[in-house]
Amino acid sequence: MTYKDKAKAAISKPAVLGEDIDLSGYVSSAEERPYQGDPSKLPAKAKEDMLGVGISLDGTNQRSGTYIQMDNTAIHSSVSQAGVEVMAIDQALEKYSWLSDYWWRAVAVDTDKYTANIELNQNGGYFIRALPGCKTIYPVQSCLYLKKARLAQNVHNIIIAEEDSELHIITGCTIASSEEAGLHLGVSEFYLKRGAKITFTMIHSWNPEVAVRPRTGIIVGEDAVFLSNYVIMKPVHSLQTNPVARCVGNNAVVRFNNILVAPPGSNMDLGSRVFLKSRDTKTEIISRAITTGGNIINRGYIEGDAPNVKGHLECRGLILKGRGVIHAIPELRGNLVGIDLSHEAAVGKIAEEEIEYLMARGLTRTEATATIVRGFLRVDIDGLPPVLSAELQRAVEASEKEIM
Amino acid sequence: MNMDNVVLSISQLTVAVEGKEILHDVNMEIRRGETHALFGPNGSGKSTLLMAIMGFPKYRIIKGNIAFKGKDITNSPLDERARLGIGMSFQRPPVVRGVKTRDIVAACLKGRGSEVIVGQLAGKANLTDFLDREINYGFSGGEVKRSEIMQLLAQNPELSLLDEPESGVDLINIALMGQLINKLLEKSHRIRDRRHAGLIITHTGHILDYVNARTGYVMIEGRIIGEGNPREILATIKEKGYKKCIKCAK
Repeated sequence: MTYKDKAKAAISKPAVLGEDIDLSGYVSSAEERPYQGDPSKLPAKAKEDMLGVGISLDGTNQRSGTYIQMDNTAIHSSVSQAGVEVMAIDQALEKYSWLSDYWWRAVAVDTDKYTANIELNQNGGYFIRALPGCKTIYPVQSCLYLKKARLAQNVHNIIIAEEDSELHIITGCTIASSEEAGLHLGVSEFYLKRGAKITFTMIHSWNPEVAVRPRTGIIVGEDAVFLSNYVIMKPVHSLQTNPVARCVGNNAVVRFNNILVAPPGSNMDLGSRVFLKSRDTKTEIISRAITTGGNIINRGYIEGDAPNVKGHLECRGLILKGRGVIHAIPELRGNLVGIDLSHEAAVGKIAEEEIEYLMARGLTRTEATATIVRGFLRVDIDGLPPVLSAELQRAVEASEKEIM
Repeated sequence: MNMDNVVLSISQLTVAVEGKEILHDVNMEIRRGETHALFGPNGSGKSTLLMAIMGFPKYRIIKGNIAFKGKDITNSPLDERARLGIGMSFQRPPVVRGVKTRDIVAACLKGRGSEVIVGQLAGKANLTDFLDREINYGFSGGEVKRSEIMQLLAQNPELSLLDEPESGVDLINIALMGQLINKLLEKSHRIRDRRHAGLIITHTGHILDYVNARTGYVMIEGRIIGEGNPREILATIKEKGYKKCIKCAK
């Protein structure tokens, strides 16, 4: 059966999790956009939107490569470091016949109607690769930007870190309109070869009418490290994602850090699943969630079935105001003597004694609360290049006012 | 009596916590430059007194008043009292996850300092390696106490309330604690040149080997039943227990 056949068979298959999205309410075609050789010349509004999700277009000397897709068109791709490849996925498929060996290997094409729709109506996506031994000096940045009203953006991304390479990526996904509906469907497949490292920082900024369904699979080889940071702090109608990482080589390490803020009207169902399938593999899943009225389901799943594996899951949620819900669902599964899996989960309010402690130092109640919220959302992320750390910090600080 | 020199004045203070009266008719006066010590058995109300002076809402003043530098602060909120110049070192401060030690020290400095000053204060308290740790998370007893004093040094209050500053501190570090508290209370200045004052709760009295106190009080069941030379009081307590203090008071 071809992928297309499997997709057709699954086109009506509802996802296991999340609200079912009626795909017929969206359009899948959009006008072709002109290529931008110099992305700093994009309209100011677009650049500002992209900057809000970590994409820097004025003076890209601190980026090793850039990919920008507006609706269905790759309007820019460039690379400034030898050993790094950045291009539209269609271009990569043409260039490398072996890429088909990676196609739908980390994510099943018939997972649900969304993956099926991506196969049948794919329009874009990126290919990023670090050649053996290459270490990115600056992050590669990629941006998926929705401009056309009611467009369903169906992207398929492949990221490969060859042996002993190091690839740092910042991905920003956002929408031009603050009120038009849109649908962002994306498959991202990550392949880390032996000794490779990928840090993948994704910042999402949508609007209350947008639905988002990313489907992500990660295959981590021997001695490889995958570090994922996901930030969403603006409203979204419905987000559901549950990336799956498989540690298939000895000593592989996977870490997920999620920072979620759900304003009123937002519905987020976000998780991470890690399968520790080889000896001495490790994982950590850290989530920080705040609701100011929206709803968050925060999942985490770790399965260990190889010798000497270790995993820790931490979900902490703050109900700051409003009548939002935070539902933390940590799950651990082990079937071997000697594995070490643990979890912590907590949902609640800011402890009054913590606020008073800071007030006893002269902070007002508002200042004390803001300090604690800022600290709550700060997930110390080891191994992140300073440029990425700064982007993450900026994204969090930019939303602080709205949170308070 | 020159009231300009009176930093803290407490008159007939009665305090309740969760509906239960804990302090009864407490009177106290502390002048600039003075350090007073407060003794008493566990549960006698010593910490309650400090918390009430600091202004924690749970400690309800049902009678009497508190004045700071001549200003009635009986009904002033906690943060306002801190900004007026009252600071407290807690016996068991909370852990605040996500907030780093350096964040709190910087907040205490309130724009009066920089990263360099934060670093210098940490160096003095032997806590340089703790600046990027979450405040009080995983700290030993001694580390907590040094961190509390370091924060007060940043805050620079005119009245320092120190709740058992030496408990949990090992013998090596107690000397350091003494140095830090002496700096906080401006002990290197002549008494008439000092602006700062302190009220210290101590069980063991060890801190008084390093920090001179002028006046000692004994608190029993929420009342101050005696006042005098702190070393003599301590010696009496050590030799004869609190019952002797109660007997003397009667």
